[in-house]
Amino acid sequence: MKIAVASGKGGTGKTTLATNLAHFLAHSYRVTIADLDVEEPDSRLFLSGEPVEEKEMVKMVPEWVAEKCILCGDCQKRCNFNAVIQLNTIILVFPELCHSCYACSELCPESALPMKPQKIGMLEHIKNNTLDVIEGRLDIGQEQAVPLIAKTKKFVNSLHPHPDFTIYDAPPGTSCPVIEATKEVDLVILVTEPTPFGLHDLKLAVETMRKIDRNFAVVINREGTGNDHVARYCKKEHIPVIAKIPNQRKIAELYSRGELIYPQVPEFKEQLQKIEQYIVEFSQGGAK
Amino acid sequence: MKEVVIISGKGGTGKTSLTASFAVLEGGNTVVADCDVDAADLHLLLEPKVIQTDDFFSGKLAVIDGDKCTNCGLCAERCRFDALYFERGQYRVDPLNCEGCGYCSLVCPEHAIFMEEQNVGVWRISNTKAGNIMVDAALGIGAENSGKLVAKVKQEAKKIATQKGIDLILVDGSPGIGCPVISSLSGADFVVLVTEPTLSGLHDLKRVCDLVKQFKISAGCIINKFDINRLVSEQIRAFLEEKKILHIASLPYDESFIQALTMGQTIVEYDQNELCGTIRESWHQVKQVLNNGKK
Repeated sequence: MKIAVASGKGGTGKTTLATNLAHFLAHSYRVTIADLDVEEPDSRLFLSGEPVEEKEMVKMVPEWVAEKCILCGDCQKRCNFNAVIQLNTIILVFPELCHSCYACSELCPESALPMKPQKIGMLEHIKNNTLDVIEGRLDIGQEQAVPLIAKTKKFVNSLHPHPDFTIYDAPPGTSCPVIEATKEVDLVILVTEPTPFGLHDLKLAVETMRKIDRNFAVVINREGTGNDHVARYCKKEHIPVIAKIPNQRKIAELYSRGELIYPQVPEFKEQLQKIEQYIVEFSQGGAK
Repeated sequence: MKEVVIISGKGGTGKTSLTASFAVLEGGNTVVADCDVDAADLHLLLEPKVIQTDDFFSGKLAVIDGDKCTNCGLCAERCRFDALYFERGQYRVDPLNCEGCGYCSLVCPEHAIFMEEQNVGVWRISNTKAGNIMVDAALGIGAENSGKLVAKVKQEAKKIATQKGIDLILVDGSPGIGCPVISSLSGADFVVLVTEPTLSGLHDLKRVCDLVKQFKISAGCIINKFDINRLVSEQIRAFLEEKKILHIASLPYDESFIQALTMGQTIVEYDQNELCGTIRESWHQVKQVLNNGKK
């Protein structure tokens, strides 16, 4: 079963929930957690293990071969992203704008734009008994997170044996990186907080999930602060609230030190048990 | 005209609460641009009255003309994004997968695929309760091109500032370091980094600082909730010193942030005491740096 932990608003506790849930579940199951917040990946701060693999991640971009080029200019006309520009007798390629569609390369009559790999980030794989931790990390200055998210997922899918649970720590927001990270998962857990910002961004996230037809459930973090509008909204919309994590300074302090919460805060562990129960039932087709 | 961008790398550090406070302090002397187009929240604190709304078109989507299509399948073969699939007797486009590159439309022997311009969101101009003019936007659900919408919001904010003779633009950025953030940084005069003393906060701050450095923009940093972890707060201060980034202020963990937010107020309206004073002082420092800047 694949689960994505996502949220509209940043800083609601996605990584806290994803890392603790993964570590907790790994006591009874084989679990893989993948940090798909490749712009700011933080899962590794909370999870340790033996290094298995570290590799460069690439995307394919065209490279101009001047000797072959007849300067017909078709490549520039075909590129919808302004990534290939003709300047007099030179063809310039802007890799950061390229979406790797291959149109310029494959349609070039002279094969003067072969596709070459370009580094966009790193992937790291560590292992701790029944828990595999994968992290995608975008190079600074790279604009597009989506290709790296897609490639990190591909790596996760190639792991053997298949885990019982795969948990994706998704990026915040509602745009293309989130869609990429939540595509193909069985369940999305939306983490929110009981504030007007939390509610507003939760509504956006819910709309997104409905649009892409994902199953989703909500976890309310920092319960006890703010007001009850999030809970009322979920009730009205018939969205299951599967856990409520209390607002405790101790949780914030443990988090600040990069420590897991549930081994030291029983109330937090109780909420993880509730989530476990929900996802196990869900995986057996019992919950919706 | 000067442009101040507020970003954080990590989400939820207090960016928007601080931007809204600065907007209230500055009133009619600044145009406010909410460039967190994925999840724009400034309007929740600034009570804008919308005076203009416009659709934003950007990027394209493949559309198949079923009458012309002969189901040869070349489009699906060439598509690198799995956006074309065969179902119930014909080829179809998955709009969420379509990247808008147009390769399919270029190779279709029947010219049965055309590229349709996409409405990816709206942008608005409003008057806020604090007397600012605000430009913000809402990206369509799951839409792409957030970077371009950010550029549009900034461009409109600049236009208004020029027209009205306002010489400051306050930009609320989005979390991360990808295209919307890069887009919000272009043309900025000063960056305010808002962080928190957690290992994640520090880790994300380092990455966003490297990005700001690439743009050669000077920056200052506000450490929010500094007393959650004083050790990491010290590490952040050491890091700032090493990178020659101005430490603007350290704000304590204070429930008033959430209480103010719950009432739809900024901190500077809600709290008239020490916290408000520190934020006022922080903003004063930012302005001082701006006025002494060479740019």
